[in-house]
Amino acid sequence: MANSISEETMEYVGILAKLELSGEEKEQARKDMERMLEYIDQLNELDTSGVEPMSHISPLHNVFREDQVTNGDDRDAILSNAPEARDGSFVVPRTVE
Amino acid sequence: MDILQDTAAALGKRIKAGEVTAVEACEAVLERIRQRDQELNCYITVDEEGALARAEEVQRQLEAGRLTGPLAGVPVAIKDNMNTKGMETTCASRILKGFVPSFTAEAVGNLEKAGAVIIGKTNMDEFAMGSTTETSYFGPVKNPWNTAHVPGGSSGGSAAAVAAGECFYALGSDTGGSIRQPASFCGVVGMKPTYGAVSRYGLIAYGSSLDQIGPLSKDVTDCAMILEAIVSHDKKDSTSVALTETDYTSALTDDVRGLRIGIPKDYFGEGLDPLVKASVLQAVELLAKRGAVVEEFELSLVQYAIPAYYVIACAEASSNLERFDGVKYGYRAKGAEDLHQMYKRTRSEGFGREVRRRIMLGSFVLSSGYYDAYYLKALRTKALIRQAFDRAFAKYDVIIGPAAPTTAPKLGESLEDPIQMYLGDIYTVSVNLAGLPGICVPCGKDHRGLPIGMQIIGDCFEEKKLIRTAYTYECAAKEGGSHE
Amino acid sequence: MSKDYETVIGLEVHVELATKTKIFCGCSTAFGGAPNTHVCPVCSGMPGALPVLNKKVVEYAAAVGLATHCTINQNCKFDRKNYFYPDNPQNYQISQLYEPICQNGYVEIETEAGSKKVGIHEIHMEEDAGKLIHDDWQDCSYVDYNRSGVPLIEIVSEPDMRSADEVIAYLDKLRLIIQYLGASDCKLQEGSMRADVNLSVREAGSAKLGTRTEMKNLNSFKAIARAIANERQRQIDLLEEGRPVVQETRRWDDNQEYSYAMRSKEDAQDYRYFPEPDLVPVVISDQWLQEIKSRQPELRDEKLRRYKTEYQIPDYDARILTSSKKMADLFEETAAICKKPKKVSNWLMVEAMRLLKEENLEPEDLSFSPAHLAALINLTEEGAISGTVAKEVFEAVFREDVDPVSYVEEKGLKADTDADALKKILEQVIADHPQSVTDYRNGKEKALGFLVGQTMKATRGKANPAMINQMLREML
Repeated sequence: MANSISEETMEYVGILAKLELSGEEKEQARKDMERMLEYIDQLNELDTSGVEPMSHISPLHNVFREDQVTNGDDRDAILSNAPEARDGSFVVPRTVE
Repeated sequence: MDILQDTAAALGKRIKAGEVTAVEACEAVLERIRQRDQELNCYITVDEEGALARAEEVQRQLEAGRLTGPLAGVPVAIKDNMNTKGMETTCASRILKGFVPSFTAEAVGNLEKAGAVIIGKTNMDEFAMGSTTETSYFGPVKNPWNTAHVPGGSSGGSAAAVAAGECFYALGSDTGGSIRQPASFCGVVGMKPTYGAVSRYGLIAYGSSLDQIGPLSKDVTDCAMILEAIVSHDKKDSTSVALTETDYTSALTDDVRGLRIGIPKDYFGEGLDPLVKASVLQAVELLAKRGAVVEEFELSLVQYAIPAYYVIACAEASSNLERFDGVKYGYRAKGAEDLHQMYKRTRSEGFGREVRRRIMLGSFVLSSGYYDAYYLKALRTKALIRQAFDRAFAKYDVIIGPAAPTTAPKLGESLEDPIQMYLGDIYTVSVNLAGLPGICVPCGKDHRGLPIGMQIIGDCFEEKKLIRTAYTYECAAKEGGSHE
Repeated sequence: MSKDYETVIGLEVHVELATKTKIFCGCSTAFGGAPNTHVCPVCSGMPGALPVLNKKVVEYAAAVGLATHCTINQNCKFDRKNYFYPDNPQNYQISQLYEPICQNGYVEIETEAGSKKVGIHEIHMEEDAGKLIHDDWQDCSYVDYNRSGVPLIEIVSEPDMRSADEVIAYLDKLRLIIQYLGASDCKLQEGSMRADVNLSVREAGSAKLGTRTEMKNLNSFKAIARAIANERQRQIDLLEEGRPVVQETRRWDDNQEYSYAMRSKEDAQDYRYFPEPDLVPVVISDQWLQEIKSRQPELRDEKLRRYKTEYQIPDYDARILTSSKKMADLFEETAAICKKPKKVSNWLMVEAMRLLKEENLEPEDLSFSPAHLAALINLTEEGAISGTVAKEVFEAVFREDVDPVSYVEEKGLKADTDADALKKILEQVIADHPQSVTDYRNGKEKALGFLVGQTMKATRGKANPAMINQMLREML
């Protein structure tokens, strides 16, 4: 298992997670991650072959809504916390197509 | 008699009897906050004006006979990761500072229907990530029993507020022990209900498959009463379960005759503070004297719960926290040249270090090439842990152990070594992984006067057994004067 | 030097389902609202909001799966697909990766070389994203979440197609199946059906697949055909130059007729899928599946066969009639009222198609009622109106859905059935055309037709041709 985490990996995970760490923090984060993964690797001692991964603990299945409109126009409330909004829309730096 | 000495149940009774008004109760709490919260920092938001107006309204409704419940008029504090319409909700994070939700969390709404008066929003570890309430953007909370120590976390503000009389009871949330561990450190009762018992609608998610809202209270009676009020089948939460037997106060009986109690040997091994061990075992002894059948057993897999928990919780958190991006609400970094820079700066400046650490880990374990080795492995481990509990509950009604290996550590001691901090969750996280209910009740104090908690774990939807066990212990302890 | 290349194409088709509400909340899916007016905490990604699945989405997805011969996964789950983009309010899309609802199906298409099966790898349910509107002047983009959370199914084909014609035949087949099921209106131009093309080339005869690219932003059949031709050539050129084809997503610009790679350092395309914890599994019992099956309407292929046997409609006509669910419904309902399927078919095939073409409309846009077409057919059959008048009346039905009976009455278009008046006109026509009268009496049938025509002219089209015919014969 990849316990040695490279700077490139940290860079890559930063792209995925949209986090940008500053110089010294970067190195600390890399070490933290290495230690955490090393610790997590304990799980490999455990034989889990043939065990179904348990994604849902709940006894429930088939929880549905009926196809009926229940919501009206709630635009003002939805936009009320926006850092930037204009003409009924959220505003973001221009995206490239 | 000082109002603040009352439990929520006692206060509710006195309000109903007309001996105290809801406004007086509210004012008493606000006065205590003014005296103590500068130091303790339990609250992020105190809504003095709103609370008093609400208390007046509740008092009118009480007098008109429109509110009759046991919690009507009783002041409550809400952990700041639950939405409160019109009241700032921050998750103790810079990234949500100033966020005012447009809807109220279902559990909080249920309390409002019961006539609760919301005093404000309590401090917590940022996005509930932490065990000490030191990761809050708004500064750490201090333990009311000894302010050099932490209150535990992540619901540290809620637990400390209850302990300090800054509210009569509080709601917390528990993803890996975040109600039970601070309850243990602050000497209050805290319960994490079965996954699905309380709606998560309006709870700002950390680990969605693990999170559950629950009460922090002065005693077991209050806990049962609050649970009864917040449990509901909510169609807005797909994981909310329709339950029929929700009259939890009916389980407040001083009777554990024949109750089978399992003591997992692996909860009492290396790493457990001897004083904590002695206190918990002494408490179990009291239950045995009351007629419970106590037996030791091997639960197994205990050491694997923490690594499995951190993989799952961090993976879910990395996804749940993606929505905090500076577009729709909360903090946005200034002066970014393009979209991706805006995202990165907003999130790097908006999230604190522990949150960033967990998001990075979570993103890594889900990334291409690692999913099977980490995430699926953790889900398989979770299945095994659940099976271990299933085997235990085939033999025992409840399992009892400590809630935390130690009493509250000193402020500033925990954050530097994350693994060490995570190890403090060893007795609590497997309950979340398996979706079980767990309650923590105070069972003693250490030589510094810091409280010790006993954790009682039950099978899914067996909250009544927990309440009965905890209540019986409470009665026995009062009689025997063992605690204190 | 020049080698022979084979094009290998697979499609990812997104179809917007015709539900009233979004997939995970009770917001309307209606088009055309002002920005962010069909939006709630769930579909705008507010903290604390949770999704609840719209049951109708499961039923539509399963219905499409059944109609495309898929295996229905009776235990399916949702997964989160994580990527940051402002049209995606949670920065993850709820989709299905590990346990999609349908797998291993196929549809049959007609090609020049005969019929061919195109495999369907899977069909999964997911939510649509919002819309971004760009403002170059202000250098910003506006985000509108009205479309965020609209239910989609994504139909992923096997790489079984070899040409643009096959791709279009496949899309047309899917469109018909889905329209017949009522699961979507499948309009490519309006975006309720969208196709991404995965394309690779390989030397003819090679069994190994080449490196593929994915082409996005294809809004019409023509754009798809152009993009396929263009991408095929681009890849062949690369290979001929000895350069590799890079696996990437490209965006087609139909105005410029070229595509460009959509890659940036910030798009790692590592979606970190994991099971959606906020939704519980969907278990489709045998009984539920049976119910969905029993609600399945007659699909196009069956209808085509039935039209030929039950109504004796020729293959070509039956194909046109069934090429749109709307047209087929109109045909059957009208035929049921007037009991004259061939006449109904004629009106639809000739006049309706002509007017649609003139107006630049699709058969799906036909909006008149079957009762009115049936009434028109009855009027002509009874001889109450002439053929010329009937065409005029049909136009009014087509455009405004008028009631032919009252329309004919009001406009005074009724055929003249007054025998005495007609007799007088006939006498005049006979007197005016002695040569034709002689020709007819000498056995020239054609001459009669001429006289009928002259009579129609004299009555300005209002007389009943059958009646003219009969009376003329008697009088001559």
